[in-house]
Amino acid sequence: MKYLAFAAGVFCASAVVAETPELTVYTYDSFVSDWGPGPAVEAAFEEVCGCDLKLVGAGDGAALLARIKLEGARSEADVVLGLDTNLTAAALESELFAPHGVQAEYDLPITWDDATFVPYDWGYFAFVHNADLAAPNDFRALGASDLKIVIQDPRSSTPGLGLLMWVKAAYGDQAPEIWQGLADNIVTVTKGWSEAYGLFLEGEADMVLSYTTSPAYHLIAEEDASKAAAVFDEGHYMQVEVAGKLAGSDQPELADQFLQFMVSDAFQSIIPTTNWMYPAVMPEAGVPAGFENIVDADKALLLPADEAAALRDVALGEWLGALSQ
Amino acid sequence: MAGRAQPVNPWFGGGAAVLVAALILGCLAAVALRAEPGAGLGAADWRAVRFTLWQAVLSAVLSVAFAVPVARALARRRFAGRRMLITLLGAPFILPVIVAVLGLLAVFGLNGWLSDVLGWAGLPPLRIYGLHGVVLAHVFFNLPLATRLILQGWQEIPAERFRLAAHLGAGPGAIWHLLERPMLWRVVPGALAVVFAICVSSFAVALTLGGGPRATTIELAIYQAFRFDFDLGRAALLSCIQIIVTLIAALLALRAAPSGGFGAGLDRPVRRWDADGLGLRVLDGVAIATAAGFLLLPLLAVVLAGGPGLAALPVSVFQAAAMSVLVAAGSTVVLLVLAVPMAAGVAAGWRWIEAAGLLGLAASPLVLGTGLFVLIYPVADPFSVALPVTALVNAVMALPFALRILVPRARQVVADHGALAASLDMRGLAFLRLVLLPRMRAQIGFAAGLGAALSMGDLGVIAMFADPQRATLPLQIYRLMGAYRMEAAAAAALLLLVMSMAAFWLLDRGGRWHAEA
Repeated sequence: MKYLAFAAGVFCASAVVAETPELTVYTYDSFVSDWGPGPAVEAAFEEVCGCDLKLVGAGDGAALLARIKLEGARSEADVVLGLDTNLTAAALESELFAPHGVQAEYDLPITWDDATFVPYDWGYFAFVHNADLAAPNDFRALGASDLKIVIQDPRSSTPGLGLLMWVKAAYGDQAPEIWQGLADNIVTVTKGWSEAYGLFLEGEADMVLSYTTSPAYHLIAEEDASKAAAVFDEGHYMQVEVAGKLAGSDQPELADQFLQFMVSDAFQSIIPTTNWMYPAVMPEAGVPAGFENIVDADKALLLPADEAAALRDVALGEWLGALSQ
Repeated sequence: MAGRAQPVNPWFGGGAAVLVAALILGCLAAVALRAEPGAGLGAADWRAVRFTLWQAVLSAVLSVAFAVPVARALARRRFAGRRMLITLLGAPFILPVIVAVLGLLAVFGLNGWLSDVLGWAGLPPLRIYGLHGVVLAHVFFNLPLATRLILQGWQEIPAERFRLAAHLGAGPGAIWHLLERPMLWRVVPGALAVVFAICVSSFAVALTLGGGPRATTIELAIYQAFRFDFDLGRAALLSCIQIIVTLIAALLALRAAPSGGFGAGLDRPVRRWDADGLGLRVLDGVAIATAAGFLLLPLLAVVLAGGPGLAALPVSVFQAAAMSVLVAAGSTVVLLVLAVPMAAGVAAGWRWIEAAGLLGLAASPLVLGTGLFVLIYPVADPFSVALPVTALVNAVMALPFALRILVPRARQVVADHGALAASLDMRGLAFLRLVLLPRMRAQIGFAAGLGAALSMGDLGVIAMFADPQRATLPLQIYRLMGAYRMEAAAAAALLLLVMSMAAFWLLDRGGRWHAEA
């Protein structure tokens, strides 16, 4: 009898669950971690949607796209959150995504008119250093200095690829020359952001490729004002992080609702101090101190998605050529 | 040698080997079949293959070359804290890569302790980044394993042989010729093959310490194919090259290693009358002190970095730790279920079994994970099976180590006692229970300890399958680092170090039957 009651209980419980619609969102791992935006976003969305929001983490942005391609049209995912503009061209080409109908007043230094992907946060790549360092103000000065830097490998890391596109967007055909100048400054190249940032904090290098918002973490979470981001005259390459709805979603309305929620105050106010990026839509309460924008909007660099995809292999070849000598 | 009357049935081991090979090759095939026409291998890929081979050969040769004097010193000397030291020396091998690299750089980096010392002497800081850095890091990771494998060779020389040698007045030179050199000929090729195989699939260590894209290994090329180009065909092709290279090395090693042994002993404690001279004592002391300094200083750095944050670790880290213990326990059971019959099968003469076992190490974890994903996805939700899959993959990856540990002893037991057992018509389970297993307790304990510790510290495939509620400790460490929380990550790494060492210590000790092993 006991077992029967137990079975009945399980059955009823699953029946109740089945009545609540479930929205599955694939994202990168650091989004769902206890220290990322995931837990707060889940609570906030479930309050308004009458649904169960299931966040699933899969590596980083590039691994996420590979994952979706592997799963193809049968994927259980309704929304993919966490691609960036270096990946959207390939994502679009997969024909797995559906257009969105989101309207929002974006607080981006560029105009956003992508029909498929909705931005939720953004940042500038920058070299982060200790505040007492006299930082160079462009790539040429950095190359001429004897400062030591740590960067990430573009083949395995999103910021690493960002730096590649940064140099390419700023210098075009002169990019190989810039890389040759930087070659003797690069202490080493790491697999991912964490390794590089860890090495920098250990004192292995004077500067590390990260984001202009990195010092804000130290200031806000650790009350430590000792880190700064170097502002470069040629401008800063942007990373815009986006989400998209999958064409094969079995919850298209809920997915639309999530994308609209994503650019609302409730979601956007969570972003700065959990994802340590600028919100895509300025929350009513603004952003905390430390998030002041240090780069002029006209110095924002971003290659259009299709151009970025076309330039990627060339840029990688130049990078490998300059650093393999 | 015992005749060909076999007291153990090699079919179980053969079956396990076929299962393992089918799993790995199945994953590879799954990835290859999923591929769209790609670019094939380019010049950069072949450069990566060349670099991979070169650094792996260097790393293997140097690791084993340094391991011989250290193992000999440890075999000859008895001192307080010796066991503890042997266990601690194994720690680099089981640390997550990122933690070990940070520990290593705290000592040998531009801003490391050694550079500080050089600075006081007015010298420039150490330049660790380059091929020499890659090799240094690989020796750091693999010297402990090589030392343990070779030390085990020494321990398998029966005490009676040393007694007899002393009786006949054999000095260190004669003992080297009669006992130690033949033993090394049997043990060293296997150790070289295992270290080579580990270094072939190295990626993050090689890249970080290598100082840039010059140090591109096959595994990094696989990453690039997978996530930069989404060229699954190239990823599978590169993984095949990895496997072929490793298998060739393994076959060469297995062919080079002569079989045969020292005959049976009475399992008495070893005494070494030959090693009392002052010169040898100093020599052994230097070998042990150098190895201890080299291996323990980076660990000290890990401990110092993690200590301050330990008290403030969030609950989720402990939940992840519990998850890791579960995975490690499951993976250890799977490991033993596979490894013991396989070792017995090799001992019964089916040598190909060991090559099949090495596949786990030769296959790229990324390709393995992707292949499993492709295979599981049509039939089950990959997330719901994340933990069992992780335990299975960790077991398969620890299999080569377990076999290296178990096979020589299993062979010896079968050779020494097989004929007698066969004449008593003692076979199968009875032989296993009464002769083989009791005599392999120490090796089984060591293999289980290593398997548990490796599984605990390995990020493995969990990163591809994990959901937020089921993170293991290594994954949680990466998450902490990814969220800027370097201090908490260091503390979690210290926790992982302690847990891995504890698991290793418990299982390894549990298996000891040598009074002084």
